[in-house]
Amino acid sequence: MWKWKFVLPIVAFLALIVLFAFGLNPKRDLHYLPSPLIGKPAPQFALSDVLDPNRIVSNGALKGHVYVFNVWATWCGACREEHETLLAISRQNVVPILGLDWNDQRDRAQQWLQQLGNPYQGVGFDDKGRVAINWGVYGAPETYLIDRQGRILYKHIAPMTMNVWNKQFLPRIAAARRGGA
Amino acid sequence: MSRGVGAELARRAAAVIAGVFLIVASSQGLDDHGQLENPALQARYEHITQQLRCLVCQNETIADSDAELAAELRDEVRQMLIAGKSDAAIYRFMRARYGEFVLYDPPLDARTIFIWGAPFALLLIGGIVIYRVLRVRSRMPLDDEQEAGPK
Repeated sequence: MWKWKFVLPIVAFLALIVLFAFGLNPKRDLHYLPSPLIGKPAPQFALSDVLDPNRIVSNGALKGHVYVFNVWATWCGACREEHETLLAISRQNVVPILGLDWNDQRDRAQQWLQQLGNPYQGVGFDDKGRVAINWGVYGAPETYLIDRQGRILYKHIAPMTMNVWNKQFLPRIAAARRGGA
Repeated sequence: MSRGVGAELARRAAAVIAGVFLIVASSQGLDDHGQLENPALQARYEHITQQLRCLVCQNETIADSDAELAAELRDEVRQMLIAGKSDAAIYRFMRARYGEFVLYDPPLDARTIFIWGAPFALLLIGGIVIYRVLRVRSRMPLDDEQEAGPK
């Protein structure tokens, strides 16, 4: 009869320890926010291409294909960091990569692609950031995976690495293709 | 001499640029200070931007933040107000893109019920504990009265 009076505080204390272990975990990235757009249709856009202003880059053209959408900018250090990885991924020729040059200057972005190499099938020039808002972008780089129905399957916030690509992207791409449809 | 001409040119260019800005701004329902011409809209604008969190700085509202994304989101809010969108529609727009985190005042739903309900639950638990403690104590004999008695 008496026992619960002693057990209850101990249980409550253990519960607090578990809570703090999660809450105070130094590895927890406070800037990571899950996207509410996962599973939703990817926002459509049509922007002028960074390299060729007369060409229109649109994700509507990729309907029916699995593709990757990568948000970057020349002011973004982490984007420079992931660029080699994006080049390696594009050489694998698994899926097309569509780019979005976010809040950037066209001449700088052109220089970037010419000097470092261009992994993108096309890069939309979003200098007003309006397309980025529709995608819920809040920091570059961000990388999205879109399935054949045009839905967002996955979002990676942080520089792309081969580890992330192999573990998070490739299995989802394979599953999306197996899914047929 | 040439310096005078240069200054005059610069002055004229500045006037033209200012003029263009004024035309562009007024055509968008904004005055030359970037304020909405309609005071009711401006008041709603100021309220809404105080309710939205800047995704970059995370502890600032988009009204307070200097981040570029905050400026763009403020502009988005302005454009939606001019387009006649309701406050609720603007919050829905932001929430659909950035999640509940963007709202300083998260809505009550299945996922946030714990946050909203926790203060009341704790108050209830505390009340029960105090009630029980007081009831037990009130049955105890009062020590000082007993001590005071015989003397």
